[in-house]
Amino acid sequence: MTAFPSSVLALESTAPAVLAASGLVKRFGQTEALRGVDFSLARGEVVAVMGPSGSGKSTLLHCLAGILPPDGGSVTFEGARIDDLGEGDRSRLRRTAFGFVFQFGQLVPELSALENVSLPLLLNGVRRSVAEAAAAEWFPRLGLDGMERRRPGEMSGGQSQRVAVARALVTEPSVIFADEPTGALDTIAGEQVMELLTSAAAGQNTSVLLVTHEARVAAFAEREIVVRDGRVSGSDR
Amino acid sequence: MSVPHALLGLLEREPHHGYDLKRLFDAYFAPDRPLAYAQVYSTLARMEGRGQVRLEGVERVDGPDRRRFAITGDGHMELERWLNEPLVPEPHLQAALFTKVVLAILSGRPVEPLVDAERHAHLERMRELTAIRRAGALQIALLADYCLFHLEADLRWLDVTAARVDELRAQILTLKEKS
Repeated sequence: MTAFPSSVLALESTAPAVLAASGLVKRFGQTEALRGVDFSLARGEVVAVMGPSGSGKSTLLHCLAGILPPDGGSVTFEGARIDDLGEGDRSRLRRTAFGFVFQFGQLVPELSALENVSLPLLLNGVRRSVAEAAAAEWFPRLGLDGMERRRPGEMSGGQSQRVAVARALVTEPSVIFADEPTGALDTIAGEQVMELLTSAAAGQNTSVLLVTHEARVAAFAEREIVVRDGRVSGSDR
Repeated sequence: MSVPHALLGLLEREPHHGYDLKRLFDAYFAPDRPLAYAQVYSTLARMEGRGQVRLEGVERVDGPDRRRFAITGDGHMELERWLNEPLVPEPHLQAALFTKVVLAILSGRPVEPLVDAERHAHLERMRELTAIRRAGALQIALLADYCLFHLEADLRWLDVTAARVDELRAQILTLKEKS
């Protein structure tokens, strides 16, 4: 269920990677947060991004996801440049082709769990009844039976994060960007989230880019890259 | 802790007597657990038998004879192999990892590739264990967890060491100047 921006649809995908970056540079004032990063993510692949605090991990994720425009280099999705898209097209791409899970689920507190999961579909113009029916299918799959009408404040951290995973997956995105998705959870809840996230993503051939500083979480990925001082090293590819 | 490799690393800089090697080993690698003289000499004898070190000379000054050892070509190759190959990831590798980091600094080798290689080897093993725990019964999963937690602790230590490597380099090189 991906509706790409027109400028993306105009170009045919030729690259085998679903998402790729070449010579990516990002500056914040005088600070160079990314200094020429090359990266590629294959379809269905789970890659962990590791590195010390302040190394540029989250900046890399934000540039790849079209949240931040890079200052140099390129980002391609399905073989088409996305770094030069306008904010409107990037926003549409994020809503339709990408899913996001952050450290703190960032669920809308006034909405029920079901409404939170339906939200990306509603924003994409899907009718409420259809969106809620599609969203409801995720609850048993993520061990959230009976949680549909609860608000975020009425759920545990692990349950809220599983709702966030469902919200990321409900549009059947090509790529999920997960930034420290277990950072606020205890060990068991964190492992449940990772188990569900990676299994569900594999089930629909969704790629996952996982930023984490926890090795046990990174071990759910197929490979890791290490960002250090804005550069990538330690990749096995 | 790999005592033979630590001694090869010290001998790579210059030939030494057993006495010097013990003193340097204690200063660099094991200030809390000094090496016994007997272990230094027995290790050197085994390494000599393997052709990794050779007796360069015997000095007779005051006191007992002092045997001076030098690293051989085979010793260089063995040290290089050990430094470049990641350790087999298993819990409690801290002492061996630390020896590698210190030897890299002492010899002017870059530390980051060494740390990256060890991290990658650890994560590969952790991926295998994660696959085992995902597929196995709870008792298997808990046993895998035990290894995962210990490997993760080693990795955390490695990351902290990598983050402080410049500081460590400065301190070790000061020690080197004094030795």
